[in-house]
Amino acid sequence: MANFSTNEFKAGLKVMLDGEPCNILENEYVKPGKGQAFNRVKIRKLISGKVLEKTFRSGESVEGADVMDTELSYLYNDGEFWHFMNNESFEQFAADEKALGDTVKWLVENDLFTITLWNGTPIVVTPQNFVDLEITETDPGLKGDTAGTGGKPATLVTGAVVRVPLFIQTGEVIKVDTRSGEYVSRASK
Amino acid sequence: MKNSRCNPADLAAWQMQITPANLHLRAHLLARIRAFFSHKNVTEVEVPVLSHSGVTDPYLDNFVTQLTLGQSTTSLYLQTSPEYAMKRMLASGSGCIYYLGKAFRHEDAGRQHNPEFTMLEWYRIDFDDRALMQEVDALLMDVLDVLSAEYLSYHAAFLYYIGLDINTATHDELIAALAMDFHYDIQQASRDHVLQLLFNIHIEPKIGQERPCFIFDFPASQAALAKITAADPRYAHRFEVYFKGLELANGYWELTDAVEQSRRFAADNAVREAIGVEQVAPDSRLIAALEHGLPECAGVALGVDRLFMLAQNLNSIEDTLTFPLPKA
Repeated sequence: MANFSTNEFKAGLKVMLDGEPCNILENEYVKPGKGQAFNRVKIRKLISGKVLEKTFRSGESVEGADVMDTELSYLYNDGEFWHFMNNESFEQFAADEKALGDTVKWLVENDLFTITLWNGTPIVVTPQNFVDLEITETDPGLKGDTAGTGGKPATLVTGAVVRVPLFIQTGEVIKVDTRSGEYVSRASK
Repeated sequence: MKNSRCNPADLAAWQMQITPANLHLRAHLLARIRAFFSHKNVTEVEVPVLSHSGVTDPYLDNFVTQLTLGQSTTSLYLQTSPEYAMKRMLASGSGCIYYLGKAFRHEDAGRQHNPEFTMLEWYRIDFDDRALMQEVDALLMDVLDVLSAEYLSYHAAFLYYIGLDINTATHDELIAALAMDFHYDIQQASRDHVLQLLFNIHIEPKIGQERPCFIFDFPASQAALAKITAADPRYAHRFEVYFKGLELANGYWELTDAVEQSRRFAADNAVREAIGVEQVAPDSRLIAALEHGLPECAGVALGVDRLFMLAQNLNSIEDTLTFPLPKA
């Protein structure tokens, strides 16, 4: 993998730090009139998800990370690994519990997920921003209350629990924002 | 943010970056600077932008070009500041002088940097650093319409904002106060590098928010081309000016001692060797000028593009320039 110097750092560049692939979020070049230049770099560690700030000497280089995002559809869980497939090449990838993280609560067979591969191995599984899921259980709402002031908890087919307006009933399909875990609307169909 | 365009991101690559309105305001700023010096009988001068000598400062880098005539090739250096030429003029009997023009630094562009920029530099005979600070303050009040500046010694700034005495704090105490994560080995860094980081990160954002702030009496180890303080050799007669997070100016009660100047050039080159950057031949004509006799004087360099950023509340140096580097 190529090396990257601090003056090539920009948001989205993937580099290796402390043996872990990282995504650069921000890079600020600082050069005092008299004195050594340095770069303040904000990075996200891709495996742990931790965001941290590191100071580099300007001109220092680091190794690039062989990291790529790919769209795969979810197949099944074998008890230990979650299996995904590229719908065009039919290539399959197995993600472990660590890579899956919280995404486990949005898994529906045949749905597309963004899988981040590091040296060909899944390290992060990200759901689509919006998913349509069926409600398997929620308390019947109070009749006449359509404003949905407080809302109520609803369990989805994947096991996720989201707050929904009072008028939403068991068996309905709703649209959820996976980034916030919040109800958006009834699904369009 | 003042900008007559709806969305500067819509600008085509051929179009000038500065707005037409700011173009005129910038010309007005330059005229006010010239009027300020005209009233004080300070003479505007031009200096060669291309010189046979470069700068030894370990953390400044010249653009270098070649003049090739037949078999002979001469390296020429685009000047990082007009300082050496102006000192040779002072030693030649120029009297008080100022330069308002381009300077060049071989470094990255950024929100506060363009490799080609406009510098105002001036020298006042028989001024010391204290007197020159007051003149810089007067200029800023005039062109920025701000209140008189606040003054803080480097030592006091560290005591107040970091809680450490720079004369007694250990290397470990200074590093602990940084409270930052490093990709390189900060333990191996020089004391001055750690002090500069502390200053940039923990002091600079806090000073000079309402009015400009002068930081004076820099440590002798960061004297650059300033005299060492006779009464207390831990400090040098060097000052900087900060306003709203921008480093605006750097000034000295100038070193006039040719032997000491040669020693500092050699020390710069020793640091260059230690950090693995090419050494630069000291400017022998500057040394010769000091040997002949530089009048007692104080001098200061001020970034004019940054001054205009402050005058018009612009967020990036690019918006002060007709064609910043990416468009030049």
